[in-house]
Amino acid sequence: MSFPWAKQYEPKLPLTRWLDERLPVPRLVYNSLGGGYPVPRNLNYFWNFGVLAGAALAIQIVTGIVLAMHYAANGLVAFDSVESIMRDVNAGWFLRYAHANGASMFFIVVYTHIFRGLYYGSYKAPREMVWLLGVVIFLLMMATAFMGYVLPWGQMSFWGAQVITGFFSAIPLVGDTIRIWLLGGFAPDNAALNRFFSLHYLLPFVIAGVIILHIWALHIPGSNNPTGVDVKGEQDTVPFHPYYTAKDGFGLGIFMLVFAGLLFFFPNYLGHPDNYIPANPLSTPAHIVPEWYFWPFYAILRAFTADFILPAKLWGVLAMFGSILLLFFLPWLDSSPVRSMNYRPKARIAFWVLVADILILGYCGGAPATAAYVILSQICAAYYFAHFLIILPLISRSERPRPLPNSITEAVLANHGGTSPAQTALSTASAPHTAH
Amino acid sequence: MVRLIASLVGAAFVLVLGIALFGSVYGAITDPVAATAESEYHLHPKELDLASNGVFGHFDRRQLQRGFQVYKEVCAACHSLRLVAFRDLQKIGYSEPEVKAIANQWVIEQPSINPETGEAATRKNIPSDHFPLPFANDVAARAANNNALPPDLSLMTKARHDGGAYIHSLLTGYQSQSAKMLKEFPDIKTPEGLHYNPYFANLNIAMPPPLTSDGQVGYADGTKATKEQMSTDVAAFLTWTAEPNLEARHAAGFASIIFILIFCGLAWGAYQNVWRDVKH
Repeated sequence: MSFPWAKQYEPKLPLTRWLDERLPVPRLVYNSLGGGYPVPRNLNYFWNFGVLAGAALAIQIVTGIVLAMHYAANGLVAFDSVESIMRDVNAGWFLRYAHANGASMFFIVVYTHIFRGLYYGSYKAPREMVWLLGVVIFLLMMATAFMGYVLPWGQMSFWGAQVITGFFSAIPLVGDTIRIWLLGGFAPDNAALNRFFSLHYLLPFVIAGVIILHIWALHIPGSNNPTGVDVKGEQDTVPFHPYYTAKDGFGLGIFMLVFAGLLFFFPNYLGHPDNYIPANPLSTPAHIVPEWYFWPFYAILRAFTADFILPAKLWGVLAMFGSILLLFFLPWLDSSPVRSMNYRPKARIAFWVLVADILILGYCGGAPATAAYVILSQICAAYYFAHFLIILPLISRSERPRPLPNSITEAVLANHGGTSPAQTALSTASAPHTAH
Repeated sequence: MVRLIASLVGAAFVLVLGIALFGSVYGAITDPVAATAESEYHLHPKELDLASNGVFGHFDRRQLQRGFQVYKEVCAACHSLRLVAFRDLQKIGYSEPEVKAIANQWVIEQPSINPETGEAATRKNIPSDHFPLPFANDVAARAANNNALPPDLSLMTKARHDGGAYIHSLLTGYQSQSAKMLKEFPDIKTPEGLHYNPYFANLNIAMPPPLTSDGQVGYADGTKATKEQMSTDVAAFLTWTAEPNLEARHAAGFASIIFILIFCGLAWGAYQNVWRDVKH
């Protein structure tokens, strides 16, 4: 879909006319990313993160394919093949560090992208499908990242695989059989490593396919915007090119700055030293932890320490997966017709409590499972589930939202009322809904 | 319907977490975890000022050569360096003939096959060889070291928190156990064959103090070989074995960041230019 005032693609050259009649790829690009795709004019920098996620995926695929030319997925040589990449392959150290830190960048960008969606109600009608596809992409990313971390076959690779595949044994009756079938053995070994490599190579392309669906689903209604108010007319939009290509170009530069800082100067900061020790099934590390982007979920897993009808281990596994699966239902849990939390004072407070909650959960996930951290995890995990499953549905039914602007242009002309959460918060604190 | 089921699921999770929370708090109050000797007496590494530290880190090749000498004369008897090749030593300043001589004169020879009988044999090392293992296999290594396996040192500074500082603190950290500690934790008394070192995670390490006296190694460049100097030099050397491309990485980093900053400046200008006449 496009808005009626969208510019039309008009091929001028004989070559482009010829191509347009046979395989209209330039038209497709023009209509989806070019001058032919109108986008709300008031998007803030939080809207850059979708493109950055796509860029991060492209970086992972390119570095990953070249790494795969030098990596060997056999338990006897995997660790050494990675070290050979680091030492002997020309710019191998760059490829390896780019791929490892690129994964972290990918998650930083995607988490920001998700939180943008949560705050501005981008999951609400008519964009539910965009959101659902996004949660699918997130799950695929987590699977890909987990399997990728196993490949260097270090201590954390092996023991992380041991812990995560151990989840399947929590399934009653058939759990252990499933676990052994998935692993191809009784414990992570050559069979598991080989199949993880195969799937790790496959899934990014599945992610790419789902991203195409994700963007297609978005382009039917068009982008959301910080006010949450629908586009009413031509004055509310600007063509994607050159307005957002320019803004995204700048955003990409900042992304590369952060990425380069990590890669070249602190390449092992986000990693764990134990993964530089070759895997040893007979020696368990003092603390088994996954990479930082899994820490909140790891904290939720470890928070369930009590049996109640079901064993604690099964509760933990159900909760860990449940914490992501509940996102699928968010469009139907949150019934408020107001999209943007700029105009939902109660929900906004709950949102920021959620952000703090998830940050604390993340910290607990990376810490040892001692009493203090477990207690903190239990409290924060309880809030996490309460927020999505109880608090948000109740708030969305009972709250009185602030009055919305009549249109995007009105909001823009009222001097940035509603385009930034901080400014809205400040302006509502001093006087409601004023221009200045 | 969705909301009803969701609220039930939410209530279930909150309930189970509440039960677990009660149990945790109750357990923490009635049966608190006792302090262990490791938690009380384990020390974090002392700070070590190496040339390779920080964003401007580089290698002091004279120091690396001294560190290699320490490795060769003290550590190589038990610890392998299997990821490093003799030819890599050219990167720390040895010339090609020097590297050939180091390889040729290396005490432990490279495993090989007798070309006439096919039996296992050894041959002299050449520069393309990696440093050979000091023991034939793990069993032999343990048999010679009181059932402890001396780990490979190639990646040691990346495999431990504060790697270089850890090596230095560990090598200089051997001491005797205090009477206070032995009274508080009688179980931590160092067993026969182990040695007390608070920088080691388990406090009692199988490795005997490798640096026993000043002047243990006769440095080729004449530097005074105190224990402090030797431990610092070998820490620097092991930082190089773990990160041989550190200098190239930093140089590429500076070039990249300057390039990206210029790009950001231009991109910002383009963005401002494009949006100049549009209120947003």
